[in-house]
Amino acid sequence: MLQARSVDESFLALPLSALTDAALTRAVDLGCEHADIRVERIRTQTISLRDARPEAVTDGEDLGLAVRVVHEGTWGFAAGVVLTAAEAVRLAEEAVVVAKVSAAINTDRVELAPEPVHADATYVSDYEVDPFDVPDVDKTGLLAEFSERLLAADGVEHVRASCMHVKEQKYYADTAGTRTRQQRVRIHPDLTALTVDRATGSFESMRTLAPPAGRGWEYLTGGSWDWAGELAEIPELLREKTKAPSVEAGRYDLVIDPSNLWLTIHESIGHATELDRALGYEAAYAGTSFATPDQLGTLQYGSPLLQITGDRTAPHGLSTVGWDDEGVAGQEWDIVSDGVLVGYQVDRNMARLRGLPRSNGCAFADSPGHVPVQRMANVSLRPAPDGPSTEEIIGGVERGIYVVGDKSWSIDMQRYNFQFTGQRFYRIEDGTLAGQLRDVAYQATTTDFWGSMSVVGGPQTYVLGGAFNCGKAQPGQAAPVSHGCPTARFDQVSVLNTVQEAGR
Amino acid sequence: MTAGRAVGRMTAQELVEACLAASTADAQITYVTEHAEANLRWAANSLTTNGAMRSRSVVVVSFVDGGAGMAAGSVSRTGTPDVAELVAASERAARGAGPAEDAVPLVAEAPPGAGDWSADPAETSIEVFAEFAPALGQAFGEARDRGELLFGFAEHSMSTTYLGSSTGLRLRTDQPTGRVELNGKSPDFARSVWSGTSTRDFRDVSVAALAADVEKKMGWSQRRVDLPAGRYETLLPPSAVSDLMIYLYWTMEARDADEGRNVFARTGGGNRIGDRLADLPLTLRSDPAYAGLEAAPFQVVPASSGSASVFDNGLAAPAIDWISDGVLTNLVRPRAWALEQTAPATVAVDNLILEDRSATVDPAEMIAATERGLLLTTLWYIREVDPQTLLLTGLTRDGVFLVEDGEVTGAVNNFRFNESPVDLLGRAVQASRTERTLPREWNDWFTRAAMPMLRVPDFNMSSVSPAS
Repeated sequence: MLQARSVDESFLALPLSALTDAALTRAVDLGCEHADIRVERIRTQTISLRDARPEAVTDGEDLGLAVRVVHEGTWGFAAGVVLTAAEAVRLAEEAVVVAKVSAAINTDRVELAPEPVHADATYVSDYEVDPFDVPDVDKTGLLAEFSERLLAADGVEHVRASCMHVKEQKYYADTAGTRTRQQRVRIHPDLTALTVDRATGSFESMRTLAPPAGRGWEYLTGGSWDWAGELAEIPELLREKTKAPSVEAGRYDLVIDPSNLWLTIHESIGHATELDRALGYEAAYAGTSFATPDQLGTLQYGSPLLQITGDRTAPHGLSTVGWDDEGVAGQEWDIVSDGVLVGYQVDRNMARLRGLPRSNGCAFADSPGHVPVQRMANVSLRPAPDGPSTEEIIGGVERGIYVVGDKSWSIDMQRYNFQFTGQRFYRIEDGTLAGQLRDVAYQATTTDFWGSMSVVGGPQTYVLGGAFNCGKAQPGQAAPVSHGCPTARFDQVSVLNTVQEAGR
Repeated sequence: MTAGRAVGRMTAQELVEACLAASTADAQITYVTEHAEANLRWAANSLTTNGAMRSRSVVVVSFVDGGAGMAAGSVSRTGTPDVAELVAASERAARGAGPAEDAVPLVAEAPPGAGDWSADPAETSIEVFAEFAPALGQAFGEARDRGELLFGFAEHSMSTTYLGSSTGLRLRTDQPTGRVELNGKSPDFARSVWSGTSTRDFRDVSVAALAADVEKKMGWSQRRVDLPAGRYETLLPPSAVSDLMIYLYWTMEARDADEGRNVFARTGGGNRIGDRLADLPLTLRSDPAYAGLEAAPFQVVPASSGSASVFDNGLAAPAIDWISDGVLTNLVRPRAWALEQTAPATVAVDNLILEDRSATVDPAEMIAATERGLLLTTLWYIREVDPQTLLLTGLTRDGVFLVEDGEVTGAVNNFRFNESPVDLLGRAVQASRTERTLPREWNDWFTRAAMPMLRVPDFNMSSVSPAS
């Protein structure tokens, strides 16, 4: 693989080896059976504009280190922000104290599945232009120009624009001898046009569909997303939406665009196949899963067309890494095959608990101050190799709705019952689109929904969607993750009218 | 530059002074937050994760007048940043930003209630759980003996913020935050209940009391009753009310309302201040001095938005009514928007209280006075469906109980709801006395709440959730 870029010198110049020696030596001296140290520097910038005028530019950098130990079978974790050998020693000692206080409530001995040693390893994600090398005036200027294009159109009264970009640098070392250095860049541009009808007091908005991506500033200026096309069509689409009829509640065949379906995959498959949830580690917070380990290999998750993979390797994927936060190399594996549950996302302790030979590399901490937990891989729906185009799928529907773009989402704590809305909904009549609809939400139970999937689109419909802000764990951690999928058809799904739901 | 001391050894106050001294901008606000936290997390009667973390964050906001108006640039760093580089980055950001819409003169008058500038920051450590952890271990043993599992999380943090400005402000505030959640389940996870509390120091947390509440609700769950979707008379306990009211509070932006784009916009233009939202004499308010829920008495803002401005850093955040006796009285309005609208500037305080001052009953009495209705425990996965009505969707979680003739007679399946908190205020027919509560959904961001139980005659349970 061509590695055009390298980890920034300013990160490599931090005293990584000295901190490692200090922390790991102290941890071993104190009797720990495992210890690791992470040094992370995370740069985050968010530019926001309101009606093409700057609202805020924030520029943050989070630099710190953390020591994690297994002491007499119990975890201990301590984190700080002073990068000196003395502080690394103090953190190793504090992590052991945390393990000792916690031993009073620990009954499960912590053991880690083995992983080959990655002794001197470097990974840089696939991007061209580091957003932090681009002057702020250029970034703000481009977002203002994009905003102006929307504001110039009839009917668009307000525009919000924002761009968040992150550069994440991680160093990891453990007592087995692994030493990894990584640099990942990601970006999330977002514009929303709003129209207000003061006479009726109603308002309506429409947002760009461009997903967040593991790319650099070239995402806004290069050819990987058609910004000009999308900005040009939003005002007319918004105008059409405000005049669209309210949906009649009932059951419809849905054709769901990747811009909406990625989030349904995230909520109803991505989270449901996290083994820590299935084992109950998240039971009091993020929740559990209906897809319990006793059903591995037998649970009919969806129709035989359903092929779901987990990976930490997809190009431009937000969860793509070289190694996870326990030194495990990024991998790809099956989660659902021919509609049946066949795999989970795990970390090293859970892999050991399940008797697996190796973790599939899903440990992640969102900052130097947080402990790594099992987080989501890029969980994706495979397209049908010779599958149809979106137009062909729509062409096969007699009475249905074509769903585009994500908006509101909610799912229960066992990942059964969900409700989603979207940016645009089109009525389908006899295989053709017949104008937009308003006030649509679709509601279903996970296995019914995936069981109703009757057509899977081809590779030409495949899009990698995703989010920066997937939430899990206490203290709360936000993780970036991507989900690729083709357009797909779902038969006879329950559609609600949200105005009726509000009792109006 | 800083008398030869390494930045890592500088006190927070010295760091603020060093940043202010290094400024070449027209004005500067710097604040340093010293943060310490400790946590324990457990599942199925055993520890899962833990931690003790310390950090220091430094935020420098520089203000530069480029001729066309004042511009602001905000830069934050954790750890031990180089002062000269940090200040330069902030000034560069200000010069690149262009004139700010929310520019107003910086605050120069010290607000009341700020703490002792010269004192050391407050701290916490894992030792805060020295008595809590063994008590929890005992609760695990008792749960095991009953054939039940306990899950949950306990966290304590201390943040001390030192804010200084080139206009002479030297302000300090301490914010202790603590929370405990205890979730009980049967081994097959089919029955699930919850209890939780917020705290400032863990001295008022009784594991035994939380465990007893869980045990009581597990007992209520012995009999299972399946009910279909529909509208039900529903008792929303303080925690469930808090999660709905916090979302409403986060939506109370004056500018969005004035621009016609939130639920508080008035048809025809302007906002709905003065409108009656509730028939009950309900008051929604914030008060930085509310006992047990004390919050910062002045504003600390890293970046401007429609509801807060970096120009307002250090502005007094006094007690305020958002809804008074059922009538909408205030929306959140930074000084710049207040000037534009000739309306009062208001500041969002980090606590929220809903009360009916005429209420005479407690939640237990409301249950006892219920002929047939649903008693909820908490709400979960609350998301906005329609901003026009502030329609929210979400799930009931960890205990929907059927009340018949004043008694809990069983546990009902969970539901997905679709409801607007604004509409609920209008439809509530009874409120209990207000008590401190822990929001379930939002406690990562918001723990300081005091709420009543509300009785709603027709809560919209949109569909059944098979989850437990």
